[in-house]
Amino acid sequence: MPKVTGRPDIPTVLVTTLLAGPVLAGLAGSLLPAFGYLPALGYDTFSQAPFRQLFSTPGLGKSVLLSFGTGLAASVFSLAIVLVFTAGWFGTRIFRQLTRFLSPLLSIPHAAASIGLAFLIAPSGFLARLFSPWATGWTRPPDFLVLNDPYGLAMTFGLVAKEVPFLFLMTLAALNRPHIQDYFKAGASLGYGRMASFFKVVLPQIYPLIRLPMLAVIAYSTSVVDVAQILGPTTPPPLAPRLVAWMNDPDLSKRLMASAGAILQLSVSAAALLFYLVLERLCAVALKLRYASGHRHNREKLARKSGLAVMVAIISAMVLAIAVLGLWAVAKSWWFPAPLPQRWSLGRMSDAISMGTPALTATLAVAILAALMATALTLWLLEARSFRNVRTGRRLNFLIFLPLLVPQVSFLFGLQVLFLIAGLSGTFLSVLFAHLIFVFPYAFLALSDPWKRLDPRFAKAAASIGASRMKIFWKIQAPLLLRPILVTFAVAVAVSVGQYLPTLMIGAGRIVTVTTESVALASGGNRQVAALYALLQLIIPFVVFTLAAIVPSLLFRNRSAMRLER
Amino acid sequence: MTRFLAAGIGLLGTLLTPFVLHAQDTTPNQTSDWQNVLDEAKGQTVYFHAWGGEPRINAYIQWAAREIERDYGVRVVHVKVSDTASVVSQVLAEKSVGKQTGGAVDLIWINGENFASMKENGLLAAPGWAETLPNWQYVDVENKPTVTVDFTVPTDGQESPWGMAKLVFMHDSARLETPPASLEELLDFAKGNPGRFAYPQPPNFYGTTFLKQVLATTVENEELLSKPVDKAVFDDAVAPLFAYLDDLHPYLWRKGQAFPKNAADMRQLLADGELDIAFSFNPGDASGAIANGELPETVRTFVLDGGTIGNTHFVAIPFNSSNQAGAKVYADFLLSPMAQTRKQEPEVWGDPTVLNVAALPSNEKALFEALDLGPATLLPEELGPVLPEPHPSWVSALEEAWTERYGTGSE
Repeated sequence: MPKVTGRPDIPTVLVTTLLAGPVLAGLAGSLLPAFGYLPALGYDTFSQAPFRQLFSTPGLGKSVLLSFGTGLAASVFSLAIVLVFTAGWFGTRIFRQLTRFLSPLLSIPHAAASIGLAFLIAPSGFLARLFSPWATGWTRPPDFLVLNDPYGLAMTFGLVAKEVPFLFLMTLAALNRPHIQDYFKAGASLGYGRMASFFKVVLPQIYPLIRLPMLAVIAYSTSVVDVAQILGPTTPPPLAPRLVAWMNDPDLSKRLMASAGAILQLSVSAAALLFYLVLERLCAVALKLRYASGHRHNREKLARKSGLAVMVAIISAMVLAIAVLGLWAVAKSWWFPAPLPQRWSLGRMSDAISMGTPALTATLAVAILAALMATALTLWLLEARSFRNVRTGRRLNFLIFLPLLVPQVSFLFGLQVLFLIAGLSGTFLSVLFAHLIFVFPYAFLALSDPWKRLDPRFAKAAASIGASRMKIFWKIQAPLLLRPILVTFAVAVAVSVGQYLPTLMIGAGRIVTVTTESVALASGGNRQVAALYALLQLIIPFVVFTLAAIVPSLLFRNRSAMRLER
Repeated sequence: MTRFLAAGIGLLGTLLTPFVLHAQDTTPNQTSDWQNVLDEAKGQTVYFHAWGGEPRINAYIQWAAREIERDYGVRVVHVKVSDTASVVSQVLAEKSVGKQTGGAVDLIWINGENFASMKENGLLAAPGWAETLPNWQYVDVENKPTVTVDFTVPTDGQESPWGMAKLVFMHDSARLETPPASLEELLDFAKGNPGRFAYPQPPNFYGTTFLKQVLATTVENEELLSKPVDKAVFDDAVAPLFAYLDDLHPYLWRKGQAFPKNAADMRQLLADGELDIAFSFNPGDASGAIANGELPETVRTFVLDGGTIGNTHFVAIPFNSSNQAGAKVYADFLLSPMAQTRKQEPEVWGDPTVLNVAALPSNEKALFEALDLGPATLLPEELGPVLPEPHPSWVSALEEAWTERYGTGSE
């Protein structure tokens, strides 16, 4: 194979401009108005007025603290839960069984999960109904501040429930390499406990692979909009939903303030990332001191049990939330404290499906196209780089993950104005493009590891008997990687379906997806319809994930070596 | 049975409407003008930006869209928005970047401060179009002054009335037999039943309406409210309002630390039994919700002594819509006696008509007379006096003052 040349290959250039370009352009589009410069709206002098206006907004400090605190706490808890559970149970039957819930849980869009959780934990929600009045004595819902609490606990819980499956999947992928089981065995033979082996030997090796996803989780959680709108506090709300409200204010001077707020949001997320990096360093130092202490940590029963308990609680909460969504979808009347609906109806379901068809079609079209493009681009990039023998370095990784590390609100505002000026706002293509920016990094995340693990000797052998690069890809690499490619496609579809803010802001209301509909209906007066739309949101990724699991099994039913390792 | 009868009459109305319309259009000039609009509208797609949180209203909008697509070849796409202010902002942004035609919005469901804001910023189609609609002749301009004056701002024919709104309260008679009859009694009720009353959080439209209701009832000099807000007197004028809220807040649902998101959410909380009292801008809301199984059958409607806030909601066309003809055809259809009767049916929406029923031709009048308003709807004479909306400038002043006091958790 040819050696590295000075010029970067086409896909690398394409991908970096495609991802980093809009982010940087969008950031510039937010930065200029933040300093009072937005000639399109008649502001053509620089000033600090937007920031002054921003900082004089009542409750701003609290909003900032909420964003920082809930986002960081949710991310750190999620990682801790995943690591403790993995450490305690990796390789056991329970572990394998629980991983089966992963993909379906991962495919639940944030908005749908939040709606389901709200139905579950509200004082008049399903859990309260299940235990009332026989256990609690409540004949009426108690006046407890469970949802939208001022400290953002419900919101943090909602974020944890969504980020745990994601980080778990990333950890699993990282564990999916040779010799991991051997480390555990070696640790056990030296008398180390299961968890001690994990934290002392395995984690230091796999952590670099979990790190970037973890940073993306922090950036996301500190700037989330839809979860905050459904579960978050309102007196005052966290920063991100407030920004969106200012951006939509008919008083256009608030747009400048919103842009200043977008820059503030960027610094809040950056501060959270920084805080995490310091925390990471401290943990590393603390762990390092113990690596060689020789302490075997045999009494780990309690830690293992609690890790399992928390994991099971989260998975059950999510499964129950979806089940409650399913119940509401067919419930006509369901009064407190009845544990099941009093009147059922299927009529609304057909109504919702026929009325939701345009949104469903648009969602499908955007998701499938974005996922196809993202998967194809990822393959092209990986193939080109492995052909040229270039390792994906840190810089490329950073550029690819830029859209996930910069808060969406911070650059979408700027991007929206750019699209508007270019006259592209509200077109299908612009929404597709906006989705691609967010879908690609996940596709890359899902596929780069399986690609790296592909034995390079297959390609070498084929090349030595004269197969072209094209032929090697189509005949060897693609079929061998069919399963991860399909999973990547499914992940990409799920990510696209879940996009709320990009669809809303770039789509200008003309491109309606089940997710934007679902958030609009979530606060409406009819739970049945809200639940139906939340389920519609869920169905597409679920079907795609199922297909991704079934298709390879059907294709490879006569190839024993291509079956799943499990 | 009445439902089928009403549906039958509705159907009859559909069949008869074209003939009736034709007979009514006496001036040939007007007819040909409207014919031009119809010709131009054919094949257009109208993007109708309207609040989308209520499935029944969404279904009604869909139904009207199907009707005019069939009859006039105009396609209407309902863009469901969660806040009308964002649509105003969108049109304003389009104007600012110089988009004079082909705007994203063709028709908006609007009233009050959003209309005032659009009018002030020159975001609306040229004045007078609403009065050229053939069905304008039936609008009750005389007895319903708010169809031409929207929150003290003259509409100048830049928005076409769609329905009447009046603040009404709902209570579940199974839990609360005698509802409070005044704001003082409401406060007493809250003190006796902590956590069972709430209002949506301003700047939500309904939350602000509750503030306006209290303001209009407690303000010393009512004339202040019909004029743009004057900073010098604002604090004095709202002092009794905030004194009332200071008393009320410790007894609100969640002690005022969380609020329902909007009226629909509040109604859902009434259905869940979390609240005993909720309110709506639609006098037929409770009946409609009962018919759809969203509220228990024991829910009833009440109003407060001394009257409640009332207004009209409209549809308006932005200046840069390229489908103005199609938008007018849709607006005219929404005004037609047939569409207006259907809208008032509690199961469909329950929204009161803007038309002068007494002056309608007998066929159309029969449609309205056949309406069964449902078990929880007050008769027009029971609805009490209408308190006028304050000038739109009060809205943002109230919202800001409220947020500063209660919306920042700084207590």
